[in-house]
Amino acid sequence: MAKNIIEKIWDSHVVYEETGKPDLLYIDLHLIHEVTSPQAFEGLRLAGRKVRRPDLCFATMDHNVPTKNLPTINDPIAKKQIMTLAENAKEFGIQLADIGHPDQGIVHVIGPELGLTQPGKTIVCGDSHTSTHGAFGALAFGIGTSEVEHVLSTQTLWQTKPPTMEIRVNGKLGVGVSAKDIILAIIAKWGIGIGTGHIVEYTGEAIRNLSMEERMTICNMSIEAGAKAGLISPDQTTVEFLRGRRFAPSEGNFEQAAQYWLSLASDADCSYDVVLEIDADEIEPIVTWGTNPSMGTGVSKTVPTSNDYESESDKAALQKALAYMGLEEGQPISSIDIQHVFIGSCTNSRLSDLRTAASIVKGKTIAPGVKGIVVPGSWSTKKAAEEEGLDQIFLDAGFEWRESGCSACLGMNEDIIPSGERCASTSNRNFEGRQGAGARTHLVSPAMAAAAAIEGHFVDVRKYVTQEV
Amino acid sequence: MEPINIVNSVITPLDRKNVDTDQIISKEFLKRIERTGFGRFLFYHWRFDEQGNENPDFVLNKPEYKGSQILVAQDNFGCGSSREHAPWAILDYGFRVVIAPSFADIFHNNCFKNGILPIKLTEAECDEILAKGLQGPYDVEVNLEAQTVTGTDGKVYSFNIDPYYKQMLLNGWDEISLTFQYEDQINAFEEKRIVFK
Repeated sequence: MAKNIIEKIWDSHVVYEETGKPDLLYIDLHLIHEVTSPQAFEGLRLAGRKVRRPDLCFATMDHNVPTKNLPTINDPIAKKQIMTLAENAKEFGIQLADIGHPDQGIVHVIGPELGLTQPGKTIVCGDSHTSTHGAFGALAFGIGTSEVEHVLSTQTLWQTKPPTMEIRVNGKLGVGVSAKDIILAIIAKWGIGIGTGHIVEYTGEAIRNLSMEERMTICNMSIEAGAKAGLISPDQTTVEFLRGRRFAPSEGNFEQAAQYWLSLASDADCSYDVVLEIDADEIEPIVTWGTNPSMGTGVSKTVPTSNDYESESDKAALQKALAYMGLEEGQPISSIDIQHVFIGSCTNSRLSDLRTAASIVKGKTIAPGVKGIVVPGSWSTKKAAEEEGLDQIFLDAGFEWRESGCSACLGMNEDIIPSGERCASTSNRNFEGRQGAGARTHLVSPAMAAAAAIEGHFVDVRKYVTQEV
Repeated sequence: MEPINIVNSVITPLDRKNVDTDQIISKEFLKRIERTGFGRFLFYHWRFDEQGNENPDFVLNKPEYKGSQILVAQDNFGCGSSREHAPWAILDYGFRVVIAPSFADIFHNNCFKNGILPIKLTEAECDEILAKGLQGPYDVEVNLEAQTVTGTDGKVYSFNIDPYYKQMLLNGWDEISLTFQYEDQINAFEEKRIVFK
C-alpha cells in the first residue's frame, strides 16, 4: 500500500502496539539543552535510574548563554542552570558541546551541521522547535521535561499516531521572497491552530526548490501552525547536505544510507488526512503586526481593521493585539518604525541567512536610532561567516556581531528588547513579552530585517534585490 | 503523581483564545532547576503590573475565584513552547483541571504527566461555562471516572478522553515504571534497528 513518509517512519519505529494504547515508539536521537533537562536528570537520580542510551543523546547550552563577554555569565541562576547541564552530561556520560566548544550552538542549528540529523530518524528534544529537523525527512518533535526523562530512561515514548496533513506549495517563489515568507504566509492564511494534532508534510515545486537551510526555516515554524511535527521528503539536496558531515554515515556506508533515505520519500500515490494548497507566486514578503504568528500580512498591505473580522472574539483579539503592539487599524505596514533588529534564532541564523542579510546591508549603515544585533546560530556558523567577511559587513553597517545562542528570540539572557520598543526579528514567536516585558516583536525574513535596519521602518526588500543582484 | 478523579470547585473564567505558554510562565522564570514553586509566577505579566502590584482586573486576582482548582479558557490553550514549567505553574498555583475547546499538543501531553486533567468541551459549551463564571461564581463538579462536568445549576457537560491517559490520571501512575515492563520489546527492537555507521 502506498505510504507517505510520516507513515513510513512511524511504522518502522513501533516497539510495541496494543489496541487502546498509544504506540511505544523508539527514539533515534535525543537532543538536550539546559532549560528543559535539569528536572529530568534529577528525576533519574531520585529513582536511581540510568540513561539507557547515552550514545543517542547530544547536549549543548543555548537558551541562557550570553552572546557577549563570554565566558562570564552574570546571571547566577542562569549560570547554575548551565553548570547543571555540564554536571549532568558528565555524570550520565552524554556528549556535550559546552560553552567555548567549537560544536556549541543552538541545538536545532548544530544537529544538522554535525550530521546528527538524518532522514528517517525519530528525533526529540525538550523544545518545540525540534520540528526543524523535519527538513531532512526525520520525524522530529518537541517534548516536555517528563518525556525527556522518559526518553533518557527508556529511549522510547508512548505516542498516539496523529493524522497527517499535506501542505503543498505550488509554483515558483518570487525574487526577494524567502522560505520565511512561505511559512508566515501559510500561518497567516490558515491560522495558528491549523496543524494542531497533525504531522505536516510540505510538498510542491516551491519546497523542492529550497536549500536545506531554507527547508529548516519552514519546518522550524510548523509548531507555530500548531503541528506536532513538519517534514519534507528527502531528495538529492538532502543527501548532498549530509555527505561528509562528522556524524553522517561514513564514506563506505554513505551510498547505502542515501539509498535508504531516498526510499523514505512519500510514495507518488500516497494519501493524507488533510490537504492544503497555496501558490508560491501569491506570496509576498510578510511582516507580522500582532501578538501571534498568524497575525501577519504582506509588506505592501495595511494593518487589518475590525471590518476584516466577523466574530466578536476575533474583533476583540485584534483590539488586544493592536493595543499591545501600539498600532492603529488600517495603518500601512511600511509606516511602522522600528528601534531594534534581531538577526538570529533557530529559524534564521544559518550561514545562508547571514549571507542574505549581509548582501542587503553591504556598504550601507543602519538608520539612526536603530540597534541591530546579529547572533549566528552556532560557533561553526560564526566562524564560517567570519571567513567570508560577513562579520565586517555587519560591523561596518553598525550592527553588533555576537556569539551564538538563542539570544533575543526569547530573551532568557541579557538580550532583551525594552518595553514599548519595536523589533524587526527573524525569530519565530511574537507573543506578548516574548522578547522582553512590553517588547513589540515583528517577525520577518532576514532580508526584510536587514532592509528595515537600513531604513528604520519596514520596506519591501524586493526593491533592494531587483536593484542590486 | 497525584491521582485525580473528582474535583469540586468554583471555575476561573479566563476568557481568551490562544493562551500561549509565554503568558502562562514567562521566560525569566525558566532558569530554575526545580520542578516546584512556579505557581507564584503563573500568568505573571497579566497578574502583576511593572511594580509587582496585583492587577485587580485580571481574573486570577478577583476574590470570588480564589482557591479555584478549575481553569476555563477558549481555543488553543497552551500554544507555543514545550516548557513543562507551564503545567508545573498551573498545578503549583492550585489548578487540577483545565477546560477549553482545544489544546496545543505538547501542553496537552504535559498535563497528563503531571496529574492535570485537560478537558475538551465544545466551543459553545466553553462559551456557556465562561459566561456563567463571569456573571458570578460558578461551581462545578468534575468527575473523571464518569467523564462529566456538572454545574450547581444541574447542567451536565460530558467529555471524551483517551482511555490510556484516563487510567494514568485516575491511578497516578508513573509512566516510566510502566514502560520498563516492555524492556524485552525495547531490547528486541534495538537488535533489528536500522543504523548506518
